Amino acid sequence: MEKIYIKKKDKCTLVTAKPETVEFLLAFSKSLRITEAKGIKFESNLN
Amino acid sequence: MEVQIEDSQLVSHYIQGDERAMAVLINRHNSRLTGFIYSKVSDRELTEDIFQDTFIKVIRTLKRGAYNEEGKFIPWVMRIAHNLIIDHFRKNNRMPMFNATESYNIFAMMNDDCLNAEKQLIKNQIDSDLYNLIKELPEDQQEVLHMRLYKDMSFKEISNNTGVSINTALGRMRYALINLRKLVEANSIVLTN
Repeated sequence: MEKIYIKKKDKCTLVTAKPETVEFLLAFSKSLRITEAKGIKFESNLN
Repeated sequence: MEVQIEDSQLVSHYIQGDERAMAVLINRHNSRLTGFIYSKVSDRELTEDIFQDTFIKVIRTLKRGAYNEEGKFIPWVMRIAHNLIIDHFRKNNRMPMFNATESYNIFAMMNDDCLNAEKQLIKNQIDSDLYNLIKELPEDQQEVLHMRLYKDMSFKEISNNTGVSINTALGRMRYALINLRKLVEANSIVLTN
């Protein structure tokens, strides 16, 4: 008998953030420094 | 058996300076958070932007030591994303976006009044030519023309200022324009931009 069934394909693709976005966030995280002076917190980005 | 480190442990590792913990957190919750944002905004690029902004806020809060451990990590992240989504829709309500279509393009109807560099040069030339031409006119006509064109005065005001009747002021203006046209023709000057 002819095989009439086809393998089901999962058409639902998982939505995820792009690898570039993740890389950017990790780079941002590494470059961010918080320094505190007289009770005030300063952010600096060391690129 | 694979052991999964709890989010709270990863957060504390990250606060202590372990950058790898953030990578694990982002990758662990990537699809869940992206799916959540996409379900609200239905735009791939916008989802990406809000995802990025959410984690930037997360990173800054954690690094500043302002994270409250009472709540769980992912509900907190989702709340940040939710607030950013609301901000986005609020901003868009204030500033509606117009997408150009083939039949209607708002940008084709809009333009600024500024002249480009070439037209500005031509305008400057015309202004200076006109200024020199006006100097050729008799003094009484010059006076009326200056007041009317450059000071934007009414003929009543011109009449009060010069001590002549309105009809005389009108007549001087008329002769000034006639003489100006003659001068333009005689000198072959082009006064158009």
